[in-house]
Amino acid sequence: MNDGKLLEEIERYLNGEMEPQERKQFELLRKGDTAINTKITEHQEFAKLLKQYSDRLALENRLNAIHDEIDVHTLTEELMVHPSVVVRLWRNHHSKISVAASILIFAILSTLFVTGNLSNQDSKYIQLRREVGNLKQKTESLNKKVTQNASRNGMSAMDRFRGTGFAITSNGLIATNYHVVNGADSVYVQNAAGKSFKAKVLYTEPENDIAILKIVDTSFRNLAPIPYTFKKSESDLAESVYTYGYPQDSPIYDDGKLTSSNGLNGDSLDYQISIPINPGNSGGPLMDSKGNVIGLVQAKQTQLEGVHFAVKASYLLNAIQNIPSDSLNKKITLNTKNTLSNLNTVQQVKKLKNYVFMVKVYDK
Amino acid sequence: MYKDVKGSIPTDSEVILGILNNSESVLKRLYVAYFPMVLQLIINNNGTPDDAKDIYQEAIIILYNKVKAGDFELSSKLKTFLYSICRRLWLKRLGQMARFGGDIRDFNEYSPVDDEVEKQGDMDIQFSKMGVALQLLGEPCKTIMEDFYIHNRSMQEICERFGYTNADNAKTQKYKCLQRLKKLFFQQK
Repeated sequence: MNDGKLLEEIERYLNGEMEPQERKQFELLRKGDTAINTKITEHQEFAKLLKQYSDRLALENRLNAIHDEIDVHTLTEELMVHPSVVVRLWRNHHSKISVAASILIFAILSTLFVTGNLSNQDSKYIQLRREVGNLKQKTESLNKKVTQNASRNGMSAMDRFRGTGFAITSNGLIATNYHVVNGADSVYVQNAAGKSFKAKVLYTEPENDIAILKIVDTSFRNLAPIPYTFKKSESDLAESVYTYGYPQDSPIYDDGKLTSSNGLNGDSLDYQISIPINPGNSGGPLMDSKGNVIGLVQAKQTQLEGVHFAVKASYLLNAIQNIPSDSLNKKITLNTKNTLSNLNTVQQVKKLKNYVFMVKVYDK
Repeated sequence: MYKDVKGSIPTDSEVILGILNNSESVLKRLYVAYFPMVLQLIINNNGTPDDAKDIYQEAIIILYNKVKAGDFELSSKLKTFLYSICRRLWLKRLGQMARFGGDIRDFNEYSPVDDEVEKQGDMDIQFSKMGVALQLLGEPCKTIMEDFYIHNRSMQEICERFGYTNADNAKTQKYKCLQRLKKLFFQQK
């Protein structure tokens, strides 16, 4: 029996086409010969697989036919998780965005490089600081000049400032502005007769712009009793006031009104007065019509026309009390008897003349 | 739209009976009913609609074969069963493509379907081998094989179709073809 014949037998056997007699014979043959038995099983398996394969193919075709009827595209659109616009934009265009971003970065860097901003950033910063420092210095020196100008006599040929001072005691204590004597090497006071006495700065209150001088010259003789008193209480607005001082070589009288009880920017230290004050007036007395000292003229420059200031007398009195006792020979006794109150202005000024000094300051 | 044409979702027992009776309409309704669910699973986990089609059809075939074999017991809802199989298949596919990013969660609880998937995988390998072997076999052997073993046509019919002068010639031809097919099939690894 060749293989072809055997196969035919096997197929007939498997398909149940054998006669019962033949079938029995074949089963006997199968039992007796393992080789044939294996062949039968093998063929059976293979034929089954072939059949299954075709079944599968048929099923797949059916399923594909069904699938083709479904609108997968629309369904996909519906079922997709739709990310936000930004995410979708990024997903769809991230390559373009990246390119654009890198070009942008490159452009910025090259611009910085070309303009030199990239390498010089640090030094520029330092330069700027230095400039700020320079500006600060300049401003400070300007401020100094402005303050000094206030007390500088324009006519003076020498490095010399002038101001005015007035006696607060007959033994040679003189009140003036701190800014007049600030930075002074030596200070002299000159009386109405033109005689100069050496003085020293006894006490200063820079914050109130008050300085107390003491005449130390041996040729100085005590003055006659002080004719005026110091008014501790605040004076009223619109009160008539006058000043007497040395803006130039000869004394100058000027009068006006008290216009405000507050100074610049509401500074309660000062009165505001309508008297035109000139450089050199600084430190002079501000008198009221009764012959009371109500302030200390502070010839500060301002940007406003006709607005001038005087330190209130109460601050001066405080300053006098604050003088350390060890720098004094004896206790200060201020005059309490006003001998000017009954006099008219002309007579008052005539008496005042002897107590108001020109303060001459020599710089280093 | 297609839902209106194909009717509503079939009940689970309807499906089983339909498969056993080779009902085309039940198969269609089943297919249409659960495809969107699987499509959603796949496209939202790094897949394409074509991937979804492949996976879903594989799952349907598994169900189909199980029902046909008569060892299908409805232990859970049909929907859940299909979903589990698709998930399992897709995970496997993703693993093969090495692009599984961990998007599919808690798949461990569906491990009972692993057996099904494994069996299906073995069968698929056999079938693809058979497909290749048949392709390589060429005509007229391929048609003879199909006619005889698949469509169960008699040697007499085949003989007439291919114009063989007698049945013996046809038988010899068929035998040679079968031997070649077996060779081609078992040669593949």
